[in-house]
Amino acid sequence: MSLRSPLGQVLGLGSAKSGTGHWWGQRVSALALIPLCLWFVFSLLLLPNLDYSTTRAWLQWPVSGFLAILLVAVVAYHSYLGTTVIVEDYVHAEGYKLLGLVLLRFLHVLVAGAAIFAILRIAFGT
Amino acid sequence: MPVRARPLSPHLQIYRWQLGNTLSILHRLTGILLGFGFLALAYWFVALATDAHSYRAATHLFASPLGLLALLGWTFAFFYHLLNGVRHLLWDAGRGFERTERHASGWLAVVGAGALTLGVWILLWHFERL
Repeated sequence: MSLRSPLGQVLGLGSAKSGTGHWWGQRVSALALIPLCLWFVFSLLLLPNLDYSTTRAWLQWPVSGFLAILLVAVVAYHSYLGTTVIVEDYVHAEGYKLLGLVLLRFLHVLVAGAAIFAILRIAFGT
Repeated sequence: MPVRARPLSPHLQIYRWQLGNTLSILHRLTGILLGFGFLALAYWFVALATDAHSYRAATHLFASPLGLLALLGWTFAFFYHLLNGVRHLLWDAGRGFERTERHASGWLAVVGAGALTLGVWILLWHFERL
């Protein structure tokens, strides 16, 4: 006998195992990526060259560093959501699916963490 | 107990190949490519943060024939995924579902991505970044 209501016991237990959060997150991050990606691509194109010192100087400017960190974080989130759906769609064996999903999550956090740490190092000149 | 093959709903092989599904598959494919591009971008940031030597090694790698091919592919993948993504967002907003609109926006995404890729690489060429 549970004290939880019948509704409370089944909420969130549908076949999709989650609600619209995933779908919505994909759309909102897509929207955020439009200006962030365009800023990044055209900033690089507008630099006089892509030498070590020029590129570092550009990234040391606070606005560039800040936007670059946002870009990496949102790209990682968007990519994680997208690749997760691909694994869920095509990997049918429960064990491999679980392994794939965990690896994807680890990989995205690892890569995003490394990139953000690198940008911070450049920004703070260490 | 004998396991009986359960009936399946119709899948890919039963449908006629057309523009809509091609562009949908291309959207996913470019998404995967861009995922690998994200790895390359992270590597580029890390090399830039390490020292001039590592950064030079990274730029040499990207300027190699295989590196340039990858960058070209990522440029197209980026612009296609961007334009087709906007197309998807418009659909999510309930717009552009008519047959003519779907076809026009689909072709616009493909041709636009091609044109933007060409434009970016002409710019790179022009400013001798390669």
